[in-house]
Amino acid sequence: MLDQSKAPILEALEEMKQNRLVPFDVPGHKHGKGNPDLTGFLGEKCLSVDVNSMKMLDNLCHPVSVIKEAEELAAEAFGAAHAFFMVGGTTSAVQSMVLSVCGRGDKLILPRNVHRSVINVMILCGAVPVYVNPDVEDRLGIALGMRISEVERAIRENPDAKAVFVNNPTYYGICSNIKGIAKLAHTHGMKLLVDEAHGTHFYFGGELPITAMAAGADMAAVSMHKSGGSLTQSSFLLTGSGVNQGYMRQIINLTQTTSGSYLLLSSLDISRRTLALKGQEIFAKVKDMVEYARGEINQIGDYYAYSKELVNGDSIYDFDITKLSVNTLSVGLAGIEVYDLLRDEYDIQAEFGDIGNILAYVSVGDRPRDIERLVSALAEIRRLYKKDRTGQLTVEYINPKVICSPQEAFYGEKQSLPLAACKNRVCAEFVMCYPPGIPILAPGELITQDILNYIVYAKEKGCSMTGPEDMEITHLNVMKVTS
Amino acid sequence: MELWFTEKHTENVKFSIQVDKQLYTGQSEFQRIDIFESKEFGRFLTLDGYMMLTEKDEFIYHEMMVHVPMAVHPYVKNVLVIGGGDGGTVRELVRYPEIAQIDLVEIDAEVVSACRAFLPQTACGLEDKRVQIYYDDGLRFVRKYVEEYDLILVDSTDPFGPGEGLFTKEFYGNCYKALKKDGIMVNQHESPFYPADATAMQRAHKRIVDSFPISKVYQAHIPTYPSGHWLFGFASKKYHPIDDHNTTAWKQRGLVTRYYNEQLHDGAFALPNYVEELLERVESV
Repeated sequence: MLDQSKAPILEALEEMKQNRLVPFDVPGHKHGKGNPDLTGFLGEKCLSVDVNSMKMLDNLCHPVSVIKEAEELAAEAFGAAHAFFMVGGTTSAVQSMVLSVCGRGDKLILPRNVHRSVINVMILCGAVPVYVNPDVEDRLGIALGMRISEVERAIRENPDAKAVFVNNPTYYGICSNIKGIAKLAHTHGMKLLVDEAHGTHFYFGGELPITAMAAGADMAAVSMHKSGGSLTQSSFLLTGSGVNQGYMRQIINLTQTTSGSYLLLSSLDISRRTLALKGQEIFAKVKDMVEYARGEINQIGDYYAYSKELVNGDSIYDFDITKLSVNTLSVGLAGIEVYDLLRDEYDIQAEFGDIGNILAYVSVGDRPRDIERLVSALAEIRRLYKKDRTGQLTVEYINPKVICSPQEAFYGEKQSLPLAACKNRVCAEFVMCYPPGIPILAPGELITQDILNYIVYAKEKGCSMTGPEDMEITHLNVMKVTS
Repeated sequence: MELWFTEKHTENVKFSIQVDKQLYTGQSEFQRIDIFESKEFGRFLTLDGYMMLTEKDEFIYHEMMVHVPMAVHPYVKNVLVIGGGDGGTVRELVRYPEIAQIDLVEIDAEVVSACRAFLPQTACGLEDKRVQIYYDDGLRFVRKYVEEYDLILVDSTDPFGPGEGLFTKEFYGNCYKALKKDGIMVNQHESPFYPADATAMQRAHKRIVDSFPISKVYQAHIPTYPSGHWLFGFASKKYHPIDDHNTTAWKQRGLVTRYYNEQLHDGAFALPNYVEELLERVESV
């Protein structure tokens, strides 16, 4: 057992400050003195620890002292064999996981509603995706987890795949049966990689869903800066006992900065200490606030703040009760409309709004009186803006036909064609549709008539589409046909 | 020995009262509560170091908050007071026999018990049998009611700290909903003088204008509040504060007041030009 009340990076920075070092190294602002405007804005305390790697502070690319100790403390706190401090966002953690198991042409089994960082890394490494259909909950219009039977089928059909990738929980708090998936993957000699960006708190909560590490995953990307309280862009990559630490470090160093920010590193160290010492208490408080808010919101009428009653033992194997997702369709308003009203009329910023839902992100930083404001504003929005229920979007899952790797499609010769002329061509870019946050097309996939129809339909329904070079999505980039 | 209470009215302006002795200090779940005794102002209550009331000038605030709407609304039966744990607003309300029910919603029970113990001059009204005290968040309390009250008095602290929810659009909207079809809401409306207070005042006004068909502002002179120039909001579904001001009915009651009178009622709505400009700027947006 290590002493979780220690914070080696923080302590080293404090010691450095006391030594009153004369900086003849980068950064050039020299503890803020060289940039008074920035120092005035961010504060002298902040700038004085924005320093470079040095003997007493260790080096993120090759940790031997305080960063190493801090990583060991984090690993213990999260029940992992090792924890890597990441300064390029959870995106860098997700991408390092994939880069460590997939080379060019290697297959990766993943749900269709993955974060785009995963598809982007396949462009970099040349891996080939094998998609699993995530269930969709029709009433709420959100993508769910992967069914065990679907993962099993993908594994059976692709025994040569290197790994299974799971996003758990989803943004909305939906969990898959990752313990079952881990067992399945390992039985077939595959690794299990988990995008646990929205699940940091699972490691410190009593009644929360199982963590990736406890479920036997080989690696997990954990967004400390979401529920963990560290600075934006800081993250952990956790690995299990079957992962070679030295090789993983090499992979991370392929894309990681050599000037890792000590603001980010110390924020990870301090937040880990806080969670290890007080996490249970913190997340019990968050859970109580969210449960209270859910009860109050469901009493307003029409709104549906959902929770564990959705659990179906498979594609909704568990639900993260700290997530405050609210379906707004019965108020006659799209989630995005409620999201806009909250911000524009009530000075309340929600995490996001899609066609049918809003997500209010609740954390230790919230106070009961802020919850009262959110609930009261939702009540007011219903009183003032309630409409007849509008035509609902039916979400349809179209099985993608992967023709070539995302890398080949992205770097290959391409041309822009009007939508109608794209039929039976191979897409060279990404088309994402919110809701339900499932890609319609990824680079390397065949554009079918069904897909074209769906793009037109979703656009008509007011879904927001992102990805293509052409923002209006009247044209798509497709691969040139080589004769 | 000199012992002084000092409150910063701005970063560059201080207001001080010489203190004879401290009668009470306590830290509740919500705020620090202090009650002092002074030669000049008698006893006074501060929350988190901000002046709430003194025995010498609290009559101005409480009379203006209560008698202005009471001289407009023809028949007030149910009243909701939000905040006001010191009891001063309730003390003025209980002078009206036609009022059947006064619900006081105060978030901090320790404010009420400290005032009961050390400020009997204001807290005395709380003992009236028509008064029901609820220890709850005002925003949460008012959310539950539809067309329940004739009058809502928002006797809040400042728009930061525990009272900040009482300056929001969702709060004023919920008050609108909780008022009967001819209901009136009066709120503590901050000061127009120092810029930070004036901004808070404008924000509150904009939100009330958005929520109520009639929204007017009136003023009073309160020596121990920043700048001494203080405003109240009069928001109403039906009655106009001057056109519907019933002087004869109010005079017939024979209530003795030290600040409020029927000429002052109308005059309080005549605001200085700079204040009118501040209000107009947010009304037209």
